Amino acid sequence: MRLRIYYPVLATAALIVALHLVLASADATYYMTQVTMSAYYALVVIGLCLLMGYAGQASLGHAGFFAIGGYTSAVLTTFNLTPYSKTPLIAQCQSLGLTMQWKDLYGAEILSFTPWVAFGAALLLTGLIALVIGASVIRLKGHYLAMATLGFGLIVYRIALGTPVLGRADGVSNVPPFHLLGSLQVNGRAPFRVQNYYIAWIVVLIAMVLALNLVHSRVGRALRSIHENEEAAHSLGVNTYRYKLAVFILSAIFAAIGGVLLTHYNGSIGPSEATVMKSVRYVAIVAVGGMANLWGAMVMGILLNFLSLRGVFGSYDDTVFGGILIVMMLFAPQGLLRVPRLRALTARLSRRSHA
Amino acid sequence: MNSVLLSTRNLHRSFGGVHAVKDVSFLVPAGAIKAVIGPNGAGKTTLFNLIAGTLTPHQGQVIFRDKPITGRKPHTVAALGIARTFQTTKLFPHMTVLENVMMGRHTRTRSGFLAGMLNAPWTWREHRQTETKARAILDELGLAAHTNETACNLPFGRQRLVEFARALATEPSLLLLDEPAAGLNIYETQELSQLILKIRDTGVTCLVVEHDMSLVMNISDEVVVLDQGQKIAEGPPAAIQRNPEVIRVYLGNDHA
Amino acid sequence: MNLPQVVQYGLSGVTVGSIYAIVAIGFNIIYSCTGIINFAQGEFLIVGAMTAISLSHFVPLPVAIAGAVLLTTLLGGLIEIVFIRPVKNASVLRLIVITIGLSIVIREAMLHLWDETVRSLPYFTGTAVSTVTILGAHVSLQVFWVLGVSAVIVTALTLFFRFTLTGRAMRACADDRMAARLCGINDRRMVTLSFMLSAGIGALAGCVISPVTQTQYDMGAPLAIKGFTVAIIGGLGNSMGAVAAGLFLGLLEALVTSQSSAYKEAVSIVVLLLILVLRPSGLFARSDVSALRTA
Repeated sequence: MRLRIYYPVLATAALIVALHLVLASADATYYMTQVTMSAYYALVVIGLCLLMGYAGQASLGHAGFFAIGGYTSAVLTTFNLTPYSKTPLIAQCQSLGLTMQWKDLYGAEILSFTPWVAFGAALLLTGLIALVIGASVIRLKGHYLAMATLGFGLIVYRIALGTPVLGRADGVSNVPPFHLLGSLQVNGRAPFRVQNYYIAWIVVLIAMVLALNLVHSRVGRALRSIHENEEAAHSLGVNTYRYKLAVFILSAIFAAIGGVLLTHYNGSIGPSEATVMKSVRYVAIVAVGGMANLWGAMVMGILLNFLSLRGVFGSYDDTVFGGILIVMMLFAPQGLLRVPRLRALTARLSRRSHA
Repeated sequence: MNSVLLSTRNLHRSFGGVHAVKDVSFLVPAGAIKAVIGPNGAGKTTLFNLIAGTLTPHQGQVIFRDKPITGRKPHTVAALGIARTFQTTKLFPHMTVLENVMMGRHTRTRSGFLAGMLNAPWTWREHRQTETKARAILDELGLAAHTNETACNLPFGRQRLVEFARALATEPSLLLLDEPAAGLNIYETQELSQLILKIRDTGVTCLVVEHDMSLVMNISDEVVVLDQGQKIAEGPPAAIQRNPEVIRVYLGNDHA
Repeated sequence: MNLPQVVQYGLSGVTVGSIYAIVAIGFNIIYSCTGIINFAQGEFLIVGAMTAISLSHFVPLPVAIAGAVLLTTLLGGLIEIVFIRPVKNASVLRLIVITIGLSIVIREAMLHLWDETVRSLPYFTGTAVSTVTILGAHVSLQVFWVLGVSAVIVTALTLFFRFTLTGRAMRACADDRMAARLCGINDRRMVTLSFMLSAGIGALAGCVISPVTQTQYDMGAPLAIKGFTVAIIGGLGNSMGAVAAGLFLGLLEALVTSQSSAYKEAVSIVVLLLILVLRPSGLFARSDVSALRTA
C-alpha cells in the first residue's frame, strides 16, 4: 500500500495544530468546543461513508447507533450502585476495579461503573444490536433497506423517549468525565478544552487511518466490487452477505464510539441525538462529501456540524440539510468534491486510485 | 486425464410451472472442452446457474471432484475452483481493468477486515503478489495497454476479454463460459477459440455454452444438447452434427 | 371491553386505517408508474389540510377543500417536474435521498408558513359533539365522512384505472414503460400525472381526517411511515391489498391503544420491521415481486 494515502493525515494533523495556534492567538479558543463536538459527529459520518459509499448500502437510522452508544455509557456511569454495594456481584465488580466512587454535581456520592467499562459495554451492545438488525435487513434492497433502517432508528428514538431509566425526554445528565490515561480525560469543561480538542482529533485521525487502510485493502476492493456488481463479486468468491453485514456492524461501532465520547464530553445525552433528522443529516453529509470519498465525508462532517452547532443556519437548520440532500442528488451525486472543477483541489489531498 | 471433474445428476429446476431444466445428467471429464448447445430458452444459462450456485436445483445433484456441491452458494463454489463468465458481461464498471482482474484473486488471498484496517505487514506481500499475477494475466491476454483504464470505457470485445482474464485469475479447475463468442466477429471468435484451447492446455477444464457452431465444432471434445430443459443428445461433435433430433430441433440442415 | 367500547375502538381503527390506506394507495400510484417510493407522500396530506384551513377563512368549506386539493395536486406535479424528471439514470438510492430531502424541505416550509400551532378544519357536518349512537357507542359524524370519502376515492380510482383511457395508459406505463412509450403513450406525462394524482388524493384525505386528528406541520412523516408499512403489507402496487392492509393496521393500532396508549406509535414500526424481514412481498403477494431481495 502506498504511503501516499497517509499524506492527507499528516496534512490534517498540521492543520489541526495550526488551527489551535490561530484560535489561541485570537483568544478565541472557545470555538474549540464546537470543533471537538463536530469531530465526534464526524466519526459517525466516516463509518456511514464506508457503508454507503463503498458497500453501497443505505442507512437512515445511524443516529440510532450513536444513541445506543451514548446512552449505554451514560446510564452505566451514572447509575448509582451504592444501594447494591453489598451484593456479591457488585462487590466483585468493585474488587476487580470495574467501578468508581465519585461525587456528582450535587455532591451526592455515586458508585458506578467506570467509563472504560461503560465504553466496552456500549460497543459490545451496539455490535450485538447491529448484528441482529443487520442480519435481518442486509438482504433487502434499496427502498426496503432504507425503510428498515429508518424504522430501526425510530424505535431507538421511541425507546429513548419513553423509558424512565433513560430519562425520557430529558435524557441522562451528570455523566462523569472519561478518564483515559493519566491526566487525559474526555471532559467538556473549560480547563480541559485544549486537551479535549486534541483527544477528539486523534480519535478521528485514527478512525480515518483505519478506514483508509480498509478501503485500500483486499477487503476494500471486495466491498467496492459488491457495490459495482454484486452478482459478479459473489461469483468471484466474495461472501457478499457477510461483507455487507461486517461493514454495517463496523459503521455502527464507529457511530457508537462517537456517541460515547460526545456523551462524556457534554456530560449528557438526550433523545434528540436519536431523531430521524440526525440520521438524515449524517446521510446528507456523506452525500455532500462524496459517497465514496472518506476525506470529503470527514471534512464535510466537521464543517457542516460546526456551522450547525454555531447556529449559522438558524431556524433553517433542518431545511439546510434537506436542501443539501436534494441539491446533491440532483446535481452532484458523486459528491461535491468529485465535480470536475473541484477535482484539481482535491487531487492533491486524496488520490482516486484505490489499487 | 479421464477422471470426471464435474457431473450433474437428474437436475431439475422450474420457475412457477415452467421446467427450465428437467432431469439433466451429464459428465464433464477433466481436461476436456465440453460445449452446451441448444435453442434459446433451452435452459443453458439456468444450467450454469445451477452449477455455479446462483440457483438451487429443486431436485438432483451437482458433483464436483467427487463431492456434492448442490445448492452451495456462489462464493463457496468459486472458492472450490469453479469460475464463470456471464452472458452479459459483468465487469465492475468504475474500477480499473487491473482492479477487475485483481478481484479475481480474491479466493486465493486471505487478508480480512482486521488485517486490512491495521495494514498488517504480511498483507503487503499478498497485495504485491495479487498485483503481479493480475498484470501477468493481462499481459498474456494482450490487455496490458488497458491496465489502468476504467473498465466501462473499453470497447465491448475488450470488456469480454477482461472478464475472461478475471475468471482466469481465480486459477480455476473448471471454467464456465456463457456464450463467450456473443457479439464477436469472425476474427475475434477465432482468437477466442485459440484462447480457450490454450487455457485448456494449461489444465483448466472448460464448459462452454455457445451458439456459434464454428467455435463449438472446432474446439469441443464433447457436446451436450439441451432442448426445452431436457438433454436430447450428448457425444463428440461429429456425432452431434449428424444426430437427426439435434438437426430437427436446432441445427437445421445447413450443418448436417 | 364492553360492546360500546369495541365499537368505539373498532370504528376508530377503521377510520385511521382508511386514511393509512389512502396514503398507501398514493405510494402505490407513484411506485407502479415509476418504481420510486415517494417519502414525501405524507406531506401531501398535511399541505392539503393546512391550505384548506387557511382558505376556509375566506371561502366556504367545500370551496376551501376543493381549492386545497387543486393546489396540492399542482404542487405534486411541480415536484415531479422540477426534482424527479431531470434525474436521469438515477439509482434507487439517489431517488430515495431526493424524496427524503423533499419531505424535509416541505415540512420546514410548512413550519415557516404556518408555524407549529395545531389546527384543524371544522367538522364537515355538525360540530365536535354531534354524534350518532351505534350499539351504544357515540360515533362522530366525521367518521362517516372519512369512510365515505375513502370509499369514493378507492372506487373512483378503480374506475379510472380500469375504464378511462388515461387510467389505462398509466397502468401501461406501470407495467412496462418502454412498451407504453412505443405505443405512443407520453410516459413522462404519465409520471407527472401519477404524482399529481397521489398528491390530490393525499390532500383530500388530509382534509377529511383533519377534524378528527387535528393537523400539525410535522404529522407528515409518521403518516408516510405508516402508509408505507400498509403499502408493503398489501404488496407494493396492489391497491386492494392496501385497503385491506390499512384496515388491518388501523384496527391493530386501535387494539393496542385500548390496552395501553403508550405503545401506539411503536405498533406500526414493529409491524414494518416484521414485514420487511419476514415477507417483504406483502401478505397478498403477486407473482412478479422480483428485485426485493439480493442474493
